[in-house]
Amino acid sequence: MTSLSLIDVHKAYGSTPVLEGVSLEMLPKEFVAFLGPSGSGKSTLLRIIAGLETPDQGEVWLDNARIDGLAAGDRGVALVFQQYALYPHMTVRQNMAFGLHNAKVPRDEINARIAQAAKTLEIEELLERKPNQLSGGQRQRVAIGRAIVKAPKLFLLDEPLSNLDAALRNRTRVELAQLRQRVDAGVIMVTHDQAEAMTLADRIVVMSDRKIQQVGTPMEIYDRPANRFVARFVGSPAMTMLPVTLADPDDGYALVALANGTNIPTRVTSSVGQKGDAFDLGLRPENVSIVAVGEGTLNAEAMIVERLGDRTIIYARLGDGTEITALDKGDSNVRMGDKISLSIDGRAAHLFDSDGAGHHAARGA
Amino acid sequence: MSRTARFGGAVFVLPFVAAYSFLLILPFFMGLWISLHRADLFGARQFIGLENYTRLFADPVFYQAMSTTFLLALLIVPALTVITLLLALALNRATRSAAIFRGLFFSSSVLSVTIVTLIWRFVLTPDAGLIAKMLTAVGMEPIPFLSHPDLTVPAIAITTIWWGLGLPMMLFLAGLQQIPQDIYEAAALDRSSRWTTFFRITLPSLRRTTILVVMLQTAAQLQIFGQAQLLTSGGPSGSSRPVVLYIYEIAFGRWELGYAIAAAEVLFVLVLALTLGQYWLSSRNEDRPA
Repeated sequence: MTSLSLIDVHKAYGSTPVLEGVSLEMLPKEFVAFLGPSGSGKSTLLRIIAGLETPDQGEVWLDNARIDGLAAGDRGVALVFQQYALYPHMTVRQNMAFGLHNAKVPRDEINARIAQAAKTLEIEELLERKPNQLSGGQRQRVAIGRAIVKAPKLFLLDEPLSNLDAALRNRTRVELAQLRQRVDAGVIMVTHDQAEAMTLADRIVVMSDRKIQQVGTPMEIYDRPANRFVARFVGSPAMTMLPVTLADPDDGYALVALANGTNIPTRVTSSVGQKGDAFDLGLRPENVSIVAVGEGTLNAEAMIVERLGDRTIIYARLGDGTEITALDKGDSNVRMGDKISLSIDGRAAHLFDSDGAGHHAARGA
Repeated sequence: MSRTARFGGAVFVLPFVAAYSFLLILPFFMGLWISLHRADLFGARQFIGLENYTRLFADPVFYQAMSTTFLLALLIVPALTVITLLLALALNRATRSAAIFRGLFFSSSVLSVTIVTLIWRFVLTPDAGLIAKMLTAVGMEPIPFLSHPDLTVPAIAITTIWWGLGLPMMLFLAGLQQIPQDIYEAAALDRSSRWTTFFRITLPSLRRTTILVVMLQTAAQLQIFGQAQLLTSGGPSGSSRPVVLYIYEIAFGRWELGYAIAAAEVLFVLVLALTLGQYWLSSRNEDRPA
């Protein structure tokens, strides 16, 4: 049994395509995050699942029933809107009861479900208030409560944390993770924030340019990005890309030459290309470290030094102008403008070919 | 706030306050004063205390005018509110035809009362009017809209409704545009039917607009004048004479300025009390569960 299936979904607004051939299989009770920049089509996809938009082509299945022809209210999904979309003239209780009344749920049952949800979300004392008497965080809880009482097969969350301040966002993130354990349903969350997606989701669907770029667990996405876009979009600070050419293989692994002639051994299989082929060498900041001047692979100039306490992030520029990001210990003595020497750990490096596809260290290597 | 800032604010509102006081507040109190006199338009004054008011409240014609006025308001305000709400609902979309119809329905509002009355005279007149011709064409008797005592008030009401569609429709359209689209989407996900959505989402969201429309229209229709004067001159035998026409006839027909102003003051208090009463009634329920 699968929970949600999308089969070759297409959507265009007029002559502007927003989704092109999106297919996805969700597992039962899975928490999936749609991660992507603005305009990647992730919100449209969520609205298609919810029934607020109609796909031009393709199918949507939920629990072995095709739902893309059904009205939004008949699909067994609940959507928590980005701006919450609470009914302003109704109390919290009425907001939560409205959908159940319309579904002809008996009054006792409605009251029981609201009581249960209010207890779970700790909003019992807010039930007789109107939305304009609530704080942003409280409105968020009510919006989630309105979804919970419907006992849907699938929860849809549209940027659930984007309207909260930083402190509340962290707390709500933890609560969403706890909530997810308690509800007997799958969850899809749309977000442009990779930290949200990484911390909450079982699997992340990275979207860009109207298409799914990669589907995988957070660590798969981080360790084995399918292409240059995913590699750059996930991970903060972003992965550095250095232009390299393939040299003679080294013990079955690809050896690449930097522009300054330095060779870097990788753990990517040498069958990735022919000698002389151009690649981008992808390096996470943690694979680039600061060493004593003269001892490193590359010389650079520190442009920006970000001290985060436990670690220091150094944005540097190579002699040819290429930018590179390095990680140093918390009490780093690098200052802006310093000449520094960088050591590159090629074992965790990624290679991206001219089509942008990613090649990673062989598993177990 | 500093003293200079407060002074700066006062300077900005001063021109309006001065004009408002000079043109509205001052005449209001002058009117009150004159209403205590036997006065004509040429300046003759004789203080008579409250005699104008006691005379007014003993005048059957005044009561007839009052009841005609309230009947007109009752015929016009609810109908106008419902019709303009329905028009706004129908025309609240971004299509070209909706834009054309919005313009059409608003266009009657820009006409002067004289033209509006001419148009409706042309429609209603029993001898050569549009309706009369249609009726005679099918062999029926023309209906004397403008001379039968039971038909003149409805005729004035219909004319007024036609003339007044524009502004309330625009207010309702503005109110509809302010309702966030996502609560309609939430309602769709809450299995709300069209009717439920209208009665539980749209109407409550238009509450303030509806109050505004009813208040504005009540205040306007209690002062109805031009249509009545030009369509029927208040006739036959005063059956369609509203209060403002009554005041006009006393002031500019019988030259009894003090008496006319007394009637005007009574009307003013009534309009003020009614609109404030409506406002109080509607805002009192604001925080109750819907």
